Amino acid sequence: MAECHPVGFQWVMEAKARGAKVFHIDPRFTRTSAMADAHLPIRAGSDIVLLGALINHVLKGAHDFREYVLAYTNASAIISEDFRDTEDLDGLFSGFQADNASYDPASWSYEGEDVPREREEQARGGRVHAGSASADQYGSGGPSAHPTPHTDPTLTDRRCVYQLLAYHFARYTPKLVEELCGIPRADFQRLANAIVANSGRERTTAWVYSVGWTQHTVGAQYIRAASILQLLLGNIGRPGGGILALRGHASIQGSTDIPTLFNILPGYMPMPHAELHETLEDYLGYAAGDTGFWGNKRSYLVSLLKAWWGDSATADNDFRFGYMPRITGDHGTYATVFGQIDGTVKGYFVIGENPAVGSAGGRAQRLGLANLDWLVVRDLVPIETATFWKDGPEIETGELRTADIGTEVFFLPAASHVEKEGTFTQTQRLLQWREKAVEPPGDCRSDLWFYYHLGKLLRERAGDTEMDAPLRDLTWDYPEEGEHADPSAEAVLREINGTGPDGRALSSYLDLAPDGSTRCGCWIYCGVFADEVNQAARRKPGREQSLVAPEWGWAWPLNRRILYNRASADPQGRPWSERKSYIVWDPDRREWTGPDVPDFEKDKPPDYVPPPGATAQAAIAGDAPFIMQTDGKGWLFAPAGLADGPLPTHYEPDESPVPNTLYGTRASPARKTYRRPDNPANPVAGTRFPYVLTTYRLTEHHTAGGMSRSLAHLAELQPEMFCEVSPQLAAELGLDNGGWATIITSRAAIEARVLVSARVRPLRVAGRTVHQIGVPYHWGWAGGGLVTGDAANDLLGIVLDPNVYIQESKAATCDVLPGRRPRGAALRALIEEYRRE
Amino acid sequence: MDLRGLIGRWPVIRQLRGEDGRGSAARSARTDALRPRTAEADTVARSVCPYCAVGCGQLVYAKDGRVTQIEGDPDSPISRGRLCPKGAASKQLVTHPGRQTTVLYRRPYGTEWESLDLATAMDMIADRVMATRRETWQETVDGKVVRRTLGLASLGGATLDNEENYLMKKLYTALGAIQVENQARI
Repeated sequence: MAECHPVGFQWVMEAKARGAKVFHIDPRFTRTSAMADAHLPIRAGSDIVLLGALINHVLKGAHDFREYVLAYTNASAIISEDFRDTEDLDGLFSGFQADNASYDPASWSYEGEDVPREREEQARGGRVHAGSASADQYGSGGPSAHPTPHTDPTLTDRRCVYQLLAYHFARYTPKLVEELCGIPRADFQRLANAIVANSGRERTTAWVYSVGWTQHTVGAQYIRAASILQLLLGNIGRPGGGILALRGHASIQGSTDIPTLFNILPGYMPMPHAELHETLEDYLGYAAGDTGFWGNKRSYLVSLLKAWWGDSATADNDFRFGYMPRITGDHGTYATVFGQIDGTVKGYFVIGENPAVGSAGGRAQRLGLANLDWLVVRDLVPIETATFWKDGPEIETGELRTADIGTEVFFLPAASHVEKEGTFTQTQRLLQWREKAVEPPGDCRSDLWFYYHLGKLLRERAGDTEMDAPLRDLTWDYPEEGEHADPSAEAVLREINGTGPDGRALSSYLDLAPDGSTRCGCWIYCGVFADEVNQAARRKPGREQSLVAPEWGWAWPLNRRILYNRASADPQGRPWSERKSYIVWDPDRREWTGPDVPDFEKDKPPDYVPPPGATAQAAIAGDAPFIMQTDGKGWLFAPAGLADGPLPTHYEPDESPVPNTLYGTRASPARKTYRRPDNPANPVAGTRFPYVLTTYRLTEHHTAGGMSRSLAHLAELQPEMFCEVSPQLAAELGLDNGGWATIITSRAAIEARVLVSARVRPLRVAGRTVHQIGVPYHWGWAGGGLVTGDAANDLLGIVLDPNVYIQESKAATCDVLPGRRPRGAALRALIEEYRRE
Repeated sequence: MDLRGLIGRWPVIRQLRGEDGRGSAARSARTDALRPRTAEADTVARSVCPYCAVGCGQLVYAKDGRVTQIEGDPDSPISRGRLCPKGAASKQLVTHPGRQTTVLYRRPYGTEWESLDLATAMDMIADRVMATRRETWQETVDGKVVRRTLGLASLGGATLDNEENYLMKKLYTALGAIQVENQARI
């Protein structure tokens, strides 16, 4: 955190100054470790063992926050008798289908889920959604489960979630942590004791993670494991608690909320799927009966369709639902790359991104770019993705010749963040408006300008065919401003916010209607333009506000700063303790109150009991804080919504030098693979690739370097690509500090300066010494960089988490040789030699 | 101004007289006349750092239409005026000489960049989008209506504004382009 989110880390230091204990769990020793109370080096790819052992520690010692667990989680729910755990099936859950390496989740459901519709939906929708990176979206927009399952409040039934957890994690012991993570038992004990001592009524513990947890074939399950631990300890929805995702880019949260992602629409609604969603009614099929706030999704979707197709969208034509294209499976960025290589993808827009350096499988990325008809790149500098045809690594090896590459390339210069106005959504869901400081130079334009004017040109070219109807009828009239006719970003934000029947800006998604009388571009952002005021532009100084600072920017939803904060009060609405008081029920005024906006219906009393057959939020009880879930509970066990099992399970990474000593199933059986010649995997057996390879970032650079390698200050601070190795490995291989090393996988061989450092320690894992090699991934061969170097992503293969289709960048295997890599054809020959053996 | 007074104010003389050479004795008329760039700015825009997702507040100072300084915003409850090495270097991000400010074009099988007028480039891109879309259009797949093209794809970075992502998703959806992705997947 001190490396990659340095200014955010000041708050960790504030907490430490007030007595908080800080543990840093990371394969490498960083500036965060230097400031922490303890650094626990861990083998990359083994975190579920550690988290599972903490869960086991909490359960074995009965350290859970029992009142919270009973009231707010599904610990007491009884699971179907058809369910079988990985303990029973040697690493598989019930429902695994070997022929297509996927799960049928039907047996994971709550007992009593005898509503046939939900059964059918899980069996059918589950697989289809998992096949399109949307395992979380059974039905439409959130997994459904029975709102009132059978329960055992004594938590003793062997089929209740609490007992299933205890059974599942029983073998995740401190000894196993030592064996598989390389963390000594005494260090584990210190961590476990600190977490237990700092949870409960009076205290809370927070977990902070980044892509070190997500870029794995089991990444979503890492987060699940932390969620289970935090729910058991009562650390969700409370001040000082939570699982905090530190996102790596200025608006990566916003890019998910208003997604440029293939599988979702704005506000986390699924893209229509050809097989499941032929009509609007199919899409909303479960909406009428759905419980929790997803029960209003008809209002969310119809308002989106009205925002996009305006007056042409009416009840008679399903609000133009038919105008939306349908997905049929995996259309993710890596599938797109293989589509380019195979010739199905002809034209490619790359907007402020540098996949030739920044995405896994660099060679496959470039082979894809070289097989396009046309490519549009928009950036501040001519990044490698724009110049691959003249100076890419494949030109050097002779695999590609410039004169043979038919790709037509347009490089359009972009405006910087100070040359346009608009909002970023930062890592706490906070939208902050940026004022424009100056006009962009020359031909530089904002991406807003580009898409608005491209849209105008495309609409001019649209004919009267059925195919062009969605383009013709699209609402696309934004006020133009300034010398370049920039579309008004504020007008776009207002459309995102939504308007009511009177044309005025709406102030809450609760005002959205299912009948087409409201328009809203992203329901969770509704309220950012409340009262016709750009709420994201609010700048009341922090020192003039409470610590919550509700008048700085605007957080979705409805300016709530801590999600699910109803859980900060006990079931009766009283604070768990005075120390940790946050949102409480005021019985006199009959409303929830506190320093934050309550993440709950403001006037729903704690003793509210939903009437039978209630839908949407009316089905959520007054003591159920997790209002987006169909049952209002935090899910220790996920009866629906995951592609790779209802509980986190330790699997080895796709490439790993050690066996899985827990189960016969070595790696995640449901992981998403693309086994093709242009995406080879290192063999698991044998000794050709004996070391663990992990990638990371540095404070002084940013992702693939397009925004940092061209800056003199940053280039000088971190001038050269390097690999970090331990003194022991350096001695073993004859590597000299400051000298060169060549790192080899079955995909690529790259060179890097050697940094011999005790910050990387060899670990004892499964009875042997495991060496880890760390490489930053900021360098590329050109890209307008003042400093250049080989790209770490060239080393990585493409293998994905089956829930979210994120690649495993944090753990692979490699070999290392002293000295620089071969040049020209000899480089491919070296890699071929490794692949043959 | 008399000569004696002028010589007497010469910092070397003042330091020889025993005044502290690191303090007031080091001052000259020139240093007295120096003003911070922040004081001389015509405008100050309230902005946000474009690098990581902490969202530190930035104050962007400009004079004569050019950015002259970027500093941390002390009002921000998130950052309290601080910036990291990247955020502190972001003036270079927007002013460095390596920024490309004109359109570059590489024709198929070409060996060098050529220059192109922005409006021409926009027209050419629009023509290609429409042609590719038409050539790769799928009305149905396995008997199911899909109304889409797999011939177009897009990958965006996560420094895109919400408003930009919104127009992208909206336009691509209307085009029937579904392979729309972002760093958020990576």
